[in-house]
Amino acid sequence: MSDHAVPLMRARGVRKYFPIKRGVVFQREVARVHAVDDVDLDLMPGETVGLVGESGCGKSTFGRCLIRLHDLTDGTIEFDGQDISSLDRKQMRPLRREIQMVFQDPYASLNPRKRVGTIIGDPLRIHGAGARADVNKRVQELLELVGLSPEHYNRYPHEFSGGQRQRIGVARALALSPRLIIADEPVSALDVSIQAQVVNLLSDLQDELGLTYLFIAHDLSVVRHVSDRIAVMYLGKIVELSPAEELYDRPIHPYSEALLSAVPVPDPDVERERIVLQGDVPSPITPPSGCRFHPRCRYATDICTTTEPPLVKHAEQHLAACHHPLNLHS
Amino acid sequence: MSEAPLLEVRDLNVSFRTQDGTVHAVDGVSFTVNRGEVLGIVGESGSGKSVTAMTLMRLILDQNAVFSGEVLFKGRDLMQLSQGDMLQVRGKQISMIFQDPMTSLNPVYRIGWQIDEQLRAHEGLSAKQARRRTLELLGAVGIPNPEARIDDYPHQFSGGMRQRVMIAMGLSCNPDVLIADEPTTALDVTIQAQILELIGNLQREFDSAVVLITHDLGVVAEVADRVAVMYAGRIVEYAEVGELFRGPQHPYTWGLLGSISRLDRPRQRRLAAISGQPPSLISLPAGCSFRARCPYAFDRCRAERPALEARSGSAHLDACLLSADQKQARRAATPEAS
Repeated sequence: MSDHAVPLMRARGVRKYFPIKRGVVFQREVARVHAVDDVDLDLMPGETVGLVGESGCGKSTFGRCLIRLHDLTDGTIEFDGQDISSLDRKQMRPLRREIQMVFQDPYASLNPRKRVGTIIGDPLRIHGAGARADVNKRVQELLELVGLSPEHYNRYPHEFSGGQRQRIGVARALALSPRLIIADEPVSALDVSIQAQVVNLLSDLQDELGLTYLFIAHDLSVVRHVSDRIAVMYLGKIVELSPAEELYDRPIHPYSEALLSAVPVPDPDVERERIVLQGDVPSPITPPSGCRFHPRCRYATDICTTTEPPLVKHAEQHLAACHHPLNLHS
Repeated sequence: MSEAPLLEVRDLNVSFRTQDGTVHAVDGVSFTVNRGEVLGIVGESGSGKSVTAMTLMRLILDQNAVFSGEVLFKGRDLMQLSQGDMLQVRGKQISMIFQDPMTSLNPVYRIGWQIDEQLRAHEGLSAKQARRRTLELLGAVGIPNPEARIDDYPHQFSGGMRQRVMIAMGLSCNPDVLIADEPTTALDVTIQAQILELIGNLQREFDSAVVLITHDLGVVAEVADRVAVMYAGRIVEYAEVGELFRGPQHPYTWGLLGSISRLDRPRQRRLAAISGQPPSLISLPAGCSFRARCPYAFDRCRAERPALEARSGSAHLDACLLSADQKQARRAATPEAS
């Protein structure tokens, strides 16, 4: 990935505010939830970018903005050089072939009244991808690709376990041979041994089909496993963007440091310094002034309360937004 | 360990009669918990860990549930108590923190009322005394500004704060045994770290015994003293925490350890997934229930159900028919499982 490569998806200054309204007849806006606030992110062809953060940090909203399931409040999104941020539903239609999504909850994201074959074949029928026989054949190929058997074609979702359902969700996303897949917490609803199966499946599919992933998750160990680069979000902003290994070896932002130290390590002999963040994530309705992390940050000084730190480059491909960056001279 | 254990479970079986057949949710589970000790119970969904916990509390009231076995607490068998007598034990001597803080609090009652309810019931405190104690408890579990929050409703609290309320409730009568069923699963890692620290501090302070149920081996490694690994309703490995992580004996435990990507190790290209699915608890295969997913299964595994017994060390029990030497060799051949 050189700096000259053209990104497959390019987000610039993306903002998404949700209005909070009061009143019955004359609704007026009383406040706004700043779910995503000025986010820039490039996705290079063939890479996996992990997007991590705690619940409520705006990571899922950002993912949904990228495929225009939400309209943007501000900002631009380009896919393959084309500005898609103001296209309407009809104009988006052809692009849906290229960008697909895998959802978090495999129990809620499959229609319980449809057969598996119909669920996976629907994208093909909607996009008019051939005659019925062709669709059937393609669905069976897809079932095989994700490690299910073609006999599963006529079954209903309730007949499958969580891991198998998530495979069905992946097969549906792959039906139209997309180039970009946005996976929103694809394994967090699954048991660990099944998580590993689905994570391995996603990485095999990437090798085979040259897919680009945006992998949204709150689990830092899974994200590390799949990602080339990782973006850490906090209260609607990206606070650190780094090559995967570097984030774990030397995080620059204090929030990333705390997040990493909070992950339990399955080894009772390892003694680690654990940074326990105090309090909860502040409300995104009235985010703190200056650096949004300053009320919970152990390095915070006066400047942090007044001035918002910009996301600046500290090392090759390693950006962070902090007045007191860590681990710079090692 | 000369004194009798505080809580001893002997050969506990729980099954449910359903239209499709009998579900053997818990199958011959035995363990002990001593004062001041944290026992971790690890397993995947459907392994019977929550049913075990609910049974200890006698909270399974289903007409179709069939129990056998003993739960000895301070010399009394809880399984024989009437629900009326159980009321004296539950909440006061053994209390439970439930998994989902979002649904375990009653949305129409104020937080303070829900906590001091048990203080009034068990300790016979007046409303005023109970409120004072509740304020202390809320402070102890780290709710900022308890005076202002005690009259809030659950929806005004975040997930982490609701879980703290659950913990405050669990600890309100200084129980001897605290059962925590996935207390941090619904929470973010930074909040999880706070809660684990809190449970550890409180356990040391009150010298209670804790039964911590989780699916996360990382959590177990950090807080548990001993660990029971459950699979398909049975305990397949039972050991002191250091032993379990240094020398796991059961192939299922190897699989579990291999399938988590770890922050303290270099990144691997692939995770060692356990292939297949857990078996249905209605028609468990004869022999070892992990057989179908086990890469090392051999003839005996088909016919013989392995007992949970010491094979590699006096206090390290496992239910696998491979000999200690064979296990050593198998594990040496699969580096990611070690």
